Amino acid sequence: MQADTQDRRSFLQRLLTGAGALTVGAVGWGGFVQETKSAPLVLRPPGAVDETEFLRRCIRCGLCVEACPYDTLRLAAPGDGRPVGLPSFTPREVPCYLCENLPCVEACPTGTLDQDAVTSTTNDGSAFLDFRKVRVGLAVVDMENCVAAWGIQCDACYRACPLLDQAISLQYERNVRTGKHARLLPVVHADVCTGCGLCERACVTEKAAIYILPRELALGRVGTGYIKGWDSEDELRLQNVSNDVSTETERSSKTPLEYLNEEVVDDE
Amino acid sequence: MSSKLQRHRYLVARRVTQALVVLLFVGANTWGWRVLIGNLSLSKVLDTVPLADPYATLQITAAGVVPTADVLLGAAITLVFYVLLAGRAFCAWVCPLNAVTDLANWLRDRLPLGDSGPRSSFSRSARFKVLLLSFVLSALLHVAAFEWISPVSMLHRGLVFGIGLGWLVVLAVFLFDLLYQRDGFCGHLCPLGGFYTLVTRLSLLRIKHDHENCTECGDCQNVCPEEPILAGIGRASGSVLAGECTNCGRCIDVCEVEALAFGIRGKSI
Repeated sequence: MQADTQDRRSFLQRLLTGAGALTVGAVGWGGFVQETKSAPLVLRPPGAVDETEFLRRCIRCGLCVEACPYDTLRLAAPGDGRPVGLPSFTPREVPCYLCENLPCVEACPTGTLDQDAVTSTTNDGSAFLDFRKVRVGLAVVDMENCVAAWGIQCDACYRACPLLDQAISLQYERNVRTGKHARLLPVVHADVCTGCGLCERACVTEKAAIYILPRELALGRVGTGYIKGWDSEDELRLQNVSNDVSTETERSSKTPLEYLNEEVVDDE
Repeated sequence: MSSKLQRHRYLVARRVTQALVVLLFVGANTWGWRVLIGNLSLSKVLDTVPLADPYATLQITAAGVVPTADVLLGAAITLVFYVLLAGRAFCAWVCPLNAVTDLANWLRDRLPLGDSGPRSSFSRSARFKVLLLSFVLSALLHVAAFEWISPVSMLHRGLVFGIGLGWLVVLAVFLFDLLYQRDGFCGHLCPLGGFYTLVTRLSLLRIKHDHENCTECGDCQNVCPEEPILAGIGRASGSVLAGECTNCGRCIDVCEVEALAFGIRGKSI
């Protein structure tokens, strides 16, 4: 009887110890994964699916890295501050040179680099991997630190761009300070820019004044509040918008006179 | 000298195999060889045949992804090889961390670290809990949870692609095995080993015991990294059928009377 109780007690103790260790492990492990997976300032290889899907789909084999002829892509190692083992690149060090046939995308066995996202068809109907469809990020200009914006002659980023005069154009502006010169302002066109980072690599300032951000971070979103009424394609954005839009608020339910005569109470 | 080599023949063969696997991957990354490209998570043999880690594939599936045909085929080839033929041989013959933990255990036996008590301070079945936990976390967090922290992948990927601070993780595993628990990582915690333990119970390649020759000296049990599986040694002839057996062959190496050998599975001891 005594031994029975002892057995039961030690069994329960071991059960609780095990459960405790498991809980500590689970919280630590899960917490670590959850915290480190939100590293948003990371540029993924060409054709990459969106970041959430990327994190769950990539098996970390490094075949894209092996396929990259410029050593642009790297698998993150512990200490890099990025989810470990996943491929990314740093344009200021090595930009993406936009290979003709995108060997990195072709090498991906998991569908993490999505061939469909970067496929175009030629005039005779054959499909090919098109570097123009790459959207690894978007170039953003810091006009405060761009020497061309100061009025100093520079068009390094414009010249470095593989889609010359399409992804970055130069906007000429009168230099009011001197009164007789032009300032050549780089303007990035988001509908063409691939995010390859050759501009960031070429920028002459100490820390690049033109740099690549992930597109989700760099771009805003208009929503359905405004459309380009002169562009029939843009109107398509309204197709699936619900008509069930109400402009009624707490105040608008009253007549204007009531509303105007009411004492304003700021209750927030 | 030749007897010393004889006493370590499978150990040497394993180190050579482990090194060769790493070398082929490094060769692919550094010198452009096309024999074995990628890493242990997924690779391509001769640029065509995929090989994939079936456990990583399962985690990805648990995270909510339908694997591509390439990944499924790769995982299937690997599974068929280990499940039907080689057993849990990945752990002893391929995994680079095995060399690290073997070194820790070798050192532990030679340092006064006190190994006279019970050999396990926690259960060897902890790995199955870690395995289950990895699938739960994968499903909850929508990522392959063990791949996020795996010391095995960190070391192997590190050797091929650059290790960063990953050597700290490897050092942690080394010290864990050296100071806290003999065979602590590979024999108690690693869910990849746990996975192979569960799926390779029916594989053909087995350690066979010949009771006639056995002197019950206990050398094999002392050297075995999964020691409980050799409990039946010296009682009757038969095969070691436990999934925990990594087919490392150390028991065959150290047996001085040829009571152990590799063979095709027979009745259990």
